Amino acid sequence: MSVHRVMGTETEYGVTRPGDPRANPVHLSGLVVRAYASGAGPTRALPTGSGWDYADETPLRDARGYEMARALADLSQLTDVDDPATANSVLSNGARLYVDHAHPEYSSPEVLTPREAVIWDRAGDEVVLAALATLAGQGDHLRLYKNNVDGKGASYGTHENYLVPREVPFLTIAAGLVPFFVARQVLVGAGRVGLGQFSEVPGFQISQRADYIEAEIGLETTLKRPIVNTRDEPHATGEKYRRLHVIVGDATLCDVGTLLRLGTTSLVLGLIEAGKAPRLELADPVAAIRAISHDPTLRQTVELVDGRALTALEILAVYREAVQDHLGSAVDADTREVLEHWDSVAADLAVDPTRCVGRVDWVTKQAVLEGYRRRDGLEWGDPRLAAIDIQWSDLDPARGLAARMRASGRVVGLATPEEVAAAVVEPPERTRAWFRGQCVSRFAGAVRAASWDSVVFEPAQGTKGLRRVQMPEPLKGSREDIGALLDSVAGVDDLLSALVTDED
Amino acid sequence: MAGQEQKRPQRRDDEDTPAPEAPVAQQQDAARGAEVDDLLDEIDGVLETNAEEFVHGFVQKGGQ
Repeated sequence: MSVHRVMGTETEYGVTRPGDPRANPVHLSGLVVRAYASGAGPTRALPTGSGWDYADETPLRDARGYEMARALADLSQLTDVDDPATANSVLSNGARLYVDHAHPEYSSPEVLTPREAVIWDRAGDEVVLAALATLAGQGDHLRLYKNNVDGKGASYGTHENYLVPREVPFLTIAAGLVPFFVARQVLVGAGRVGLGQFSEVPGFQISQRADYIEAEIGLETTLKRPIVNTRDEPHATGEKYRRLHVIVGDATLCDVGTLLRLGTTSLVLGLIEAGKAPRLELADPVAAIRAISHDPTLRQTVELVDGRALTALEILAVYREAVQDHLGSAVDADTREVLEHWDSVAADLAVDPTRCVGRVDWVTKQAVLEGYRRRDGLEWGDPRLAAIDIQWSDLDPARGLAARMRASGRVVGLATPEEVAAAVVEPPERTRAWFRGQCVSRFAGAVRAASWDSVVFEPAQGTKGLRRVQMPEPLKGSREDIGALLDSVAGVDDLLSALVTDED
Repeated sequence: MAGQEQKRPQRRDDEDTPAPEAPVAQQQDAARGAEVDDLLDEIDGVLETNAEEFVHGFVQKGGQ
């Protein structure tokens, strides 16, 4: 078993224009996306008018084997239609940057390892920072936040995606994941000032998202949010793959947190695929995810249907042991890296969570908040603590507190600034994201639209002769597959005829 | 307990992969309190001056 798997992250950034609380967030989000596309130029981002190829989007298909009637869906679920009021771009690094509801969203390219996920996730922060710089140059000063809650009832998502074999029954996946996701937050929660959806109760909790989770399993992502989301939109060969769409996680600013979020989940999926998931069943998963989040001392136990009561760390230890039992003798370096961080963070959390400052987001944030509480004698309801919580995730390296801690070496870095800077413009090499991204940079002006599983070319501009290249297999289109071909062709026509020849 | 103090990710064998950069073990123990105090002094200068107004003005629409 390995941590290797096709995976990626999506980040919806909080957005404000200081001094203008009535600014329309959809408008602000559009400004961010357009500013990146215009500032980066045509070889780095498709023009935002190019659009997304929606042909293969199926947001209402449910992994449990049916499709929701369109008339019954909330408008927010209809993500498969082009909205002319919003903006969308595909970037040379293989990512998608667009307006999702009222937030600018960066969807990372498909990568193969958690370490790559860390790098291309952080590249997204640099992408939107570049957009802010372009806007600032025009006199418009916006701020973006990598968090998931405004403390007043609104929550926005940071999602993870994992490719899993279609043959594994969805309810088997859900059953294996629910206890893990309920417990996982103690490793990877972002920390939050305030308890309750409206911060009704003063205090500090582990997860940003826990109070907004209202169901165990379901299709919705904006209302009745579930622990396991059932959207069945594989963005790949549907007979062969599912895309597991995870909406229960927080945006993490510590690299170790992001690595563990993607890495431990990929390993648990490996267990489930092998039929080796621990037999744990929580009595009330939704109550459990909140109860665990609300206790940063990590002593909270949750009930299992068999009558046992376990802490989050105890649940995670059961999963970790199952991973150990299932690991083969040859553990690759990427898997070993995840396991070492998993073991070290879990051991340190058990002794004293403050040992995880710089590695675990909620612990790092809590240490700063507790420092202020001690020094200035602040109660949890003090607005200064709520302000620190928000400012924690400000992406601006001068103002963002997590960014400042990273700059001063207080946050453990797994990705170097150089790796992140390269990932802003370059796609990962081992998935179809490489083909998508290279098309944007090499054939600027001739790519009319793209999606996760297609690139649509307009070989002669202004004509109706569009050509759609399909990429249903996420592992094809890598540099190894198609690099020599791309290097050999003189232009789009050449490429298209070569691809057709190859397929024959 | 002493053994726990030393527990941290082991460096991988391959040389191309950097080990975690920050001295995690050192950051623990007695140094931690001073570290946090230094940090507070550093970030005091960038904190929003009117916290209440700032928090009040941070309003988002829900997302996915």
